[in-house]
Amino acid sequence: MRTDAAAQLKRSNNWRRAKKLIGYAIVYAFMVCLACVFMLPIFWMASTSLKLPQDIFAWPPEWLPSTPQWDNYAEAFSKYPLARYMLNSAILVVANIIGALFSVPIIAYGFARFDFPFKNALFLLMLSTMMVPGHIKLIPLFWLYSRLDMIDTYWPLILPAYFGNPFFIFLMTQFIRTIPRELDDAARIDGAGAWGILYRVIIPLSRPALTVIVVFTFLWVWNDFLEPIIFLRDWDSYPISVGLAFFQGRYSVEWHLFMGATLVSIIPILVVYFFAQRHLIGGLASIGIKG
Amino acid sequence: MILTRWRNMTTQERRDAKTGYLALSPWMVGFAVFFAFPILATFYFSLTQWTLVDPPVWVGLANYARMFTRDPLFLSSLKATTLFVVLSLPLKLVLGLMLALLLNLKIPGMNVFRTVFFIPAVISGVAVSLMWIWFLNPDTGVVNTLLHYVGVQGPYWFWDKDWALPSVAIMSIWKVGGAAIIYLAGLQNIPAHLYEAAEIDGAGKWRRFWRITLPLLTPTLFFQLIIELIDAFKIFTEAFVITKGGPLKATYFFLYYFYEEAFRNFNMGYASALALFLLVVIMGCTVLVYRTSGRWVYYEN
Repeated sequence: MRTDAAAQLKRSNNWRRAKKLIGYAIVYAFMVCLACVFMLPIFWMASTSLKLPQDIFAWPPEWLPSTPQWDNYAEAFSKYPLARYMLNSAILVVANIIGALFSVPIIAYGFARFDFPFKNALFLLMLSTMMVPGHIKLIPLFWLYSRLDMIDTYWPLILPAYFGNPFFIFLMTQFIRTIPRELDDAARIDGAGAWGILYRVIIPLSRPALTVIVVFTFLWVWNDFLEPIIFLRDWDSYPISVGLAFFQGRYSVEWHLFMGATLVSIIPILVVYFFAQRHLIGGLASIGIKG
Repeated sequence: MILTRWRNMTTQERRDAKTGYLALSPWMVGFAVFFAFPILATFYFSLTQWTLVDPPVWVGLANYARMFTRDPLFLSSLKATTLFVVLSLPLKLVLGLMLALLLNLKIPGMNVFRTVFFIPAVISGVAVSLMWIWFLNPDTGVVNTLLHYVGVQGPYWFWDKDWALPSVAIMSIWKVGGAAIIYLAGLQNIPAHLYEAAEIDGAGKWRRFWRITLPLLTPTLFFQLIIELIDAFKIFTEAFVITKGGPLKATYFFLYYFYEEAFRNFNMGYASALALFLLVVIMGCTVLVYRTSGRWVYYEN
């Protein structure tokens, strides 16, 4: 009697496990197919970038080139000022990151740790500026920058970062609020002033939030398009996003080189993304939850 | 008021307040220069005729009169933008949720899939556009090749006046992983004990989805709806890079029109009026969504 029940239990356990495994297999198969579909445009770009010029319009199209032409990349780099454009983007990224790291912690520290009249109103005002689309500001800013002789320089693309991005300020303020105030008090007893506490206690403990700021700044600046085309004139000063878009107008037939250039342009983004994925998703999640 | 409050504060409180204001000062300067000034100035410029060379000339409401009564481009760009919003927004919201539900299954290795599906969302609009021009190439692109294998003659996608706008919408849906990640965070915030309790009560999977998952996810849906709405109205890069607004103005979106009026034709006054109109439309839609939120967004408290 007892052994019967045990056997039955075992059988049903086995059955349950088998069902679970079949479920896994179905889900995996579906996810793999879906992932392949999602990756097709990227795969096609990579495949084209390794083809011979005469094969790119071949019919039926080759899925994979029979002999990958790695030299295409060297040709793309020599034919288009890719390296120059990527350097320009890198300069803009670094300047914006420095600006964000300089301004955001100070402002957020003010919101998170001090009390003053109208603090909540100012915080709300700051949050509300996040909801206003940026295009509305472009014409007056263009006028302002031309009066200051800053058109065709990087200043219009860099300066705003030094005055704090509202999204980052919000993120950082929320983060600083989670740091126990006892740590501030301990530093104060050791003789640290308000700014000493910021630089010796708050900033070292804010690594996760600062990483989110760095990663988002990188992605946004690297991908920015509208502002550079408005504020920059000189082809040599273009960041990679604008440079690529303008190649297309000039050399629209060399798709093998062109797809290689596009692929190269997203490699820094992919590298940053893979290394910082956890922080990135955490940062997005936090706006999703608290926004 | 502020003065009486200030007088009633202790020395320490006053010192704190001063430090606080000092800390906020970069943002306050930035707010004045990069926010308040441009918005007020756009208001003023929209009432002028101005080509940047000469000083602005006051014309009252003439720009608005032109916009609403005799500007076919205004109407067609508004129509294209609205069509894009209506096509892409619901699809993105629903498919994003479905993808998030899949990615939320408690199965080993799901992280790899999360990484893969999120990749399109981090690539720049320009790179995505270039990739998709080639991907949707009518003759040798992947999609039309596959369609050919199953015996269907694929459309001309970006190069057909009826297909161009849907093509841009499809391309924007490729970035659905960005929305899925935010839903995922919302899903993972739903307390597990609710599901356990529902299971004990004998609720099936569908019932659990409709009665627990969906209601508790409505705050995330609401947030995502507003973000995507603003984003969809601001469509620009794709049209600029791929179609140049064509064919036959089919993808001449509102922001593109604004860009050309302002920075190609230097009709700064009229462009300011266009910019303000788009702002009012976006804000109006946001307020509308916000107003309805009381009826469908579930808040725990």
